[in-house]
Amino acid sequence: MDGLLTEAFLSSLFTGAIVAAVPMLLAGLGEQMSEKAGVLNIGIEGMMLMGAYMGFLVAFKTDSLWLGFVGGILGGLMVAIAMAVLCVRLGLNQIVIGIGLTLGAEGLTALLHHFQFSRTYPRLPVPERLNIPGLTDLPVIGPSLFGRHLIVYLALLAVIILALLYRRTNLGMTLRAAGESPAALDVAGGNVLGIRVFAVLFTGAMAGLGGAYLANIGAGLFVPFMTGGAGFIGIVLAMLARGRPFWVLIGSLIFGAALSLTTALQVAGSNIPTDVIQMLPFAAVMLVLVLFGRRAKLPSALGAAYERGAR
Amino acid sequence: MTMKNKTNPGSVDQGASAADAAGPATERSALQRFLTVTIGPIVAAFLLSAIILMLVGINPLTYYGYILERSLFSGLGLEQTATRMAPLLFLCASLIIAFRAGIWNLGTDGQFLLGAVVAAATAPLLVGVLPGWAVLLVGFSLAAIVGAVWSIIPALLKAYQGVNEIITTLMMSFLGVLLASTLVKLVFRDPATTVPQTRTLPVADRLPRLFDTTISSGLIWGLVAVLLVHLMMTRTSFGLRLRMVGANPAAATHAGLSVPLLTLATFGLSAGFAGLSGASEILGVAGNVRANWNPAYGLMVIPLVFLARFHGVGAIVLVFFYSALLIGSESAARRLGVPQDFTLVLVASLLICLGLGEYIDHHKRKKER
Amino acid sequence: MALATETPTNLSPQKGTGIIGVHGVTKRFPGVIAVNNVSLSIHPGEVHVLLGENGAGKSTLVGMLAGLQEPDEGYLTLEGQKTRLASPSASLDAGISTVFQHSMLVPTLTVFENLTLGAPWYERPPRAAITQRMEELKRDFALSLPLDAITGELSLGQQQQIEIARALLRDSKVLILDEATSMLTPQGAEELGARMQKLVQGGLAVIFITHKLAEAYRFGTRISVLKQGALAGEMGPEDLRGMSEDQAVDEIVRLMFGREAGAASAELRASTARAETVLKVTDLSTRGDSNVMGLQNISLDLKAGEILGVAGIDGNGQKQLAEALAGQRALAGGRVEIDGEDISLASVAQRRRKGLRYLTDDRLSEGSVGAFPISENTVLKDIGQPPFWTNGIERPHRIAQHARDLIAKFSVRTPSETTPIGRLSGGNIQKVLLGRELSGDARVVVFNKPTYGLDLQNIDTSRQRIAEIASRGLGVVLISTDLDELMALSDRIAVMEGGRVRGILRNDGSGEVLRLRIGRMMAGEEEQKQATA
Repeated sequence: MDGLLTEAFLSSLFTGAIVAAVPMLLAGLGEQMSEKAGVLNIGIEGMMLMGAYMGFLVAFKTDSLWLGFVGGILGGLMVAIAMAVLCVRLGLNQIVIGIGLTLGAEGLTALLHHFQFSRTYPRLPVPERLNIPGLTDLPVIGPSLFGRHLIVYLALLAVIILALLYRRTNLGMTLRAAGESPAALDVAGGNVLGIRVFAVLFTGAMAGLGGAYLANIGAGLFVPFMTGGAGFIGIVLAMLARGRPFWVLIGSLIFGAALSLTTALQVAGSNIPTDVIQMLPFAAVMLVLVLFGRRAKLPSALGAAYERGAR
Repeated sequence: MTMKNKTNPGSVDQGASAADAAGPATERSALQRFLTVTIGPIVAAFLLSAIILMLVGINPLTYYGYILERSLFSGLGLEQTATRMAPLLFLCASLIIAFRAGIWNLGTDGQFLLGAVVAAATAPLLVGVLPGWAVLLVGFSLAAIVGAVWSIIPALLKAYQGVNEIITTLMMSFLGVLLASTLVKLVFRDPATTVPQTRTLPVADRLPRLFDTTISSGLIWGLVAVLLVHLMMTRTSFGLRLRMVGANPAAATHAGLSVPLLTLATFGLSAGFAGLSGASEILGVAGNVRANWNPAYGLMVIPLVFLARFHGVGAIVLVFFYSALLIGSESAARRLGVPQDFTLVLVASLLICLGLGEYIDHHKRKKER
Repeated sequence: MALATETPTNLSPQKGTGIIGVHGVTKRFPGVIAVNNVSLSIHPGEVHVLLGENGAGKSTLVGMLAGLQEPDEGYLTLEGQKTRLASPSASLDAGISTVFQHSMLVPTLTVFENLTLGAPWYERPPRAAITQRMEELKRDFALSLPLDAITGELSLGQQQQIEIARALLRDSKVLILDEATSMLTPQGAEELGARMQKLVQGGLAVIFITHKLAEAYRFGTRISVLKQGALAGEMGPEDLRGMSEDQAVDEIVRLMFGREAGAASAELRASTARAETVLKVTDLSTRGDSNVMGLQNISLDLKAGEILGVAGIDGNGQKQLAEALAGQRALAGGRVEIDGEDISLASVAQRRRKGLRYLTDDRLSEGSVGAFPISENTVLKDIGQPPFWTNGIERPHRIAQHARDLIAKFSVRTPSETTPIGRLSGGNIQKVLLGRELSGDARVVVFNKPTYGLDLQNIDTSRQRIAEIASRGLGVVLISTDLDELMALSDRIAVMEGGRVRGILRNDGSGEVLRLRIGRMMAGEEEQKQATA
């Protein structure tokens, strides 16, 4: 396999890594906020899928990728609203409802897609890309780093903005208090349910955007069940990142690289079945959990509903 | 990475044992409670799903009627329903152990498929070498072992590092599904076929059918498994130890139980039954595993086990109806053009309505006091 | 800062409804009336003591003032205006700050973050302003706090200062301190008393909740006594000024318990210690980490029929000691012997069979499984053992019979043995657990805070039972944070601080002298001339 280090291989590896990383990055950043606030958001896979479907549908109908992203955010928010009402306001079991919402979104998007498009999978036009003269023309990394859709750079910007918000405002502290000891936040005059609802909705918006990216930019089409566990990987990224947005970025790039090996190896003409390569990100997650599981510290009130006065 | 036991599935059990303990004086409220937390959610889930059907332009009455007619009111349909129950029952056994012991085993899909693949890979090769019953026994045993082995990493991480098993079992499940598919394509592939699939166990060597029907006797083994698990969890010292770890790990440590060892045992048993479930489908019905085959029963059985409040008999009843729903909807997908994924919507509605039912019940009882 | 500039001359607290008025307030919980038609008025410049035993309704009253609960009947007034405190933030906005009995700080945040907790999320933390005001607090009230330290790493006394500082930073008019001295050494409690005096001189109203009589007299300007949810009596500044401490305490005791009760608790138990040693602990050590205190070189011995008290401020290794004795916590070094037999490596179950029993202080989350019926809870430490199980199969009738016997013998009040134990009151759960520990051949019983959170009657019964257990020849290790309890029951008292035993004192009935020595040891001072047995 002397074709492994060719420019085509490396270029498709880098490009693929970034394309695959962005949805996980967005989902991970979203989930991170929920987890900080004490909500284990297992429904994120459903939020992503709904975002992918709605994002694709809007983009397909309006011929506008940007409206498609808005549609994706709204799709994710729809599921997140259900999660916020059921798990935060009513305090229902976050895992049962999370599984329910994920299954529901899987079924609903498959059903809607079926009645909308029957058995066809129409494609969106290839999106226009940012083109920075000079940089984009660099060999290997040029097209992958500097020739992406603008949304990629917005995702990177989100990392920086979140890091600043967590560090410079009361947001990080309030979220952590809601996740560590909600009663303490409550008696200090904070709004536990409010901040948790906010966090869940933010997760939904980010996951929905990630789903829309997956469908509209990553694949160019919608296929039922297309998220294939990316939302769950987002959960793991958030757990391992221990509250730091930059670590989510690094983690998502590593997982993205593992995922993109699939296409890159196919470009290189390898005949390893795709199943094996698709296992890589999950295997990587397990490896990381085996090595660093103990350090993946979670907030102590994670998963527990807050009810004032209940001990 | 510790999880408060508030989130563990065993805590849902509280209401159940409280209801069991209530004397005859509260019979009426027990009935009300049954309506709120069992019948109510089922009805609500069907209504909610009916609305979704109407939105996509399907008459829900036609759809539900067709399902009933196809799965329960036709002889063949009923037999298919009964046959389909077998793997679901083994999965119920698996989840009853896990949930009563406070463990979220969300990895049953991977354990199921790997069990199925191993059974499909070995059983056809052993035909003629071993007597028929031994072939099946080896197939089932290997499936149980492989299922259990696939839970070792989450089990060890949970028992000794406190790593949340929800994530690890889900990840192992994704891995297991892909590995099963890879094994079928690369290792256990039947050289005689063009489609990637394992060798096929001849019909004569599969689990015998019941009487003159097409019902696989896997049904009987599934029923036995659920009932045995139920008795084990409620009537033996081992079951009480597991339940105690599930209900209150601190109290279990205080009483001198080894929580890590019991956690490992829970994973092993639960995943072992998931493996058996896969084997029951292969050795009873399918005979082989095709590449990329994944019925994904695992997560779908969860609401049934919750609805049954982890009770074996209740689970059996619910599995019967759920099995009918599956058979009916498969047929409806062909005849009415409603994709089978609709059952996912129904199951999801069931989970959510179940949660709401618990919520209403909880608040009613709070008011009463 | 506003407080410091205000002069005490404009205070005439005795008149009017005060800054807060509580008017005929009633609060019911399932099965109990927690607060029954209570009326109070809180005045600026006063330390208003709310005194009452556990369960008298103090905490519920605090909860209503803090906005955690709302009254079922009656109402609250703020400076004469009728008001509703529907949430903690409403209470804070009304100028009421509460320091709860259990720390209400986020342990993983810094001191600074905890001081600003509750501020809108989009704002930037006002670092400079807080730093400056902390300087003022340091000057005026000797409150000195490391702003960037992680809160969980500070002592409980310092954490309490954070909460007081937080109240002052908010310019509160009323400061509520709920059982604020329970985590402090006697000396720390004195400091808090002095600080409260300074605060009220600055014009603040302080509500000080306690169940300790002496504190009430020493710190209080006005004392209201609560009994079973109702106001049993009030002593204003004029009343208190004219009384000596003894007179005041007598009067309070009369209000709280009626006349007889006070005398009984002070009586020293006659020793029933015998010659043979039942429990011997030599150089016991356990590992600790950031959450759990490690034990260092603990040596004790216990005679049959003897009660060895273990005193100390909560969280100085008492629970770890109990767990190490029971076999729940692995030893890093040293040995434990029961009747001369080394059991250092024995499991919980093995130690139990040898006669070592441990009654945990955490009745609900460790001692029992709330959802399980009483019957199962009585045998949780004997799972799989005959006669309750044969070959691993449960024998429900044997278990039920055993539970019924236990219910009768320990007079547990319950509808039946099938009732989930979580539905019983704390006192009844305690009886079930005690029955479980005493069944079979017990030799040594380790009690961890056996009367904590019980009502007066159950406290008395429990103490009598402990004395009776010792008189039957069992060795008793009695861990308690209640010095009166230890001094009433123990033969000797070991004082723990920082995971060590600072000294073991013979309970010679010397009262206040002994209390002072114990207090000093609790603060970490080594006792030079140990009263060895």
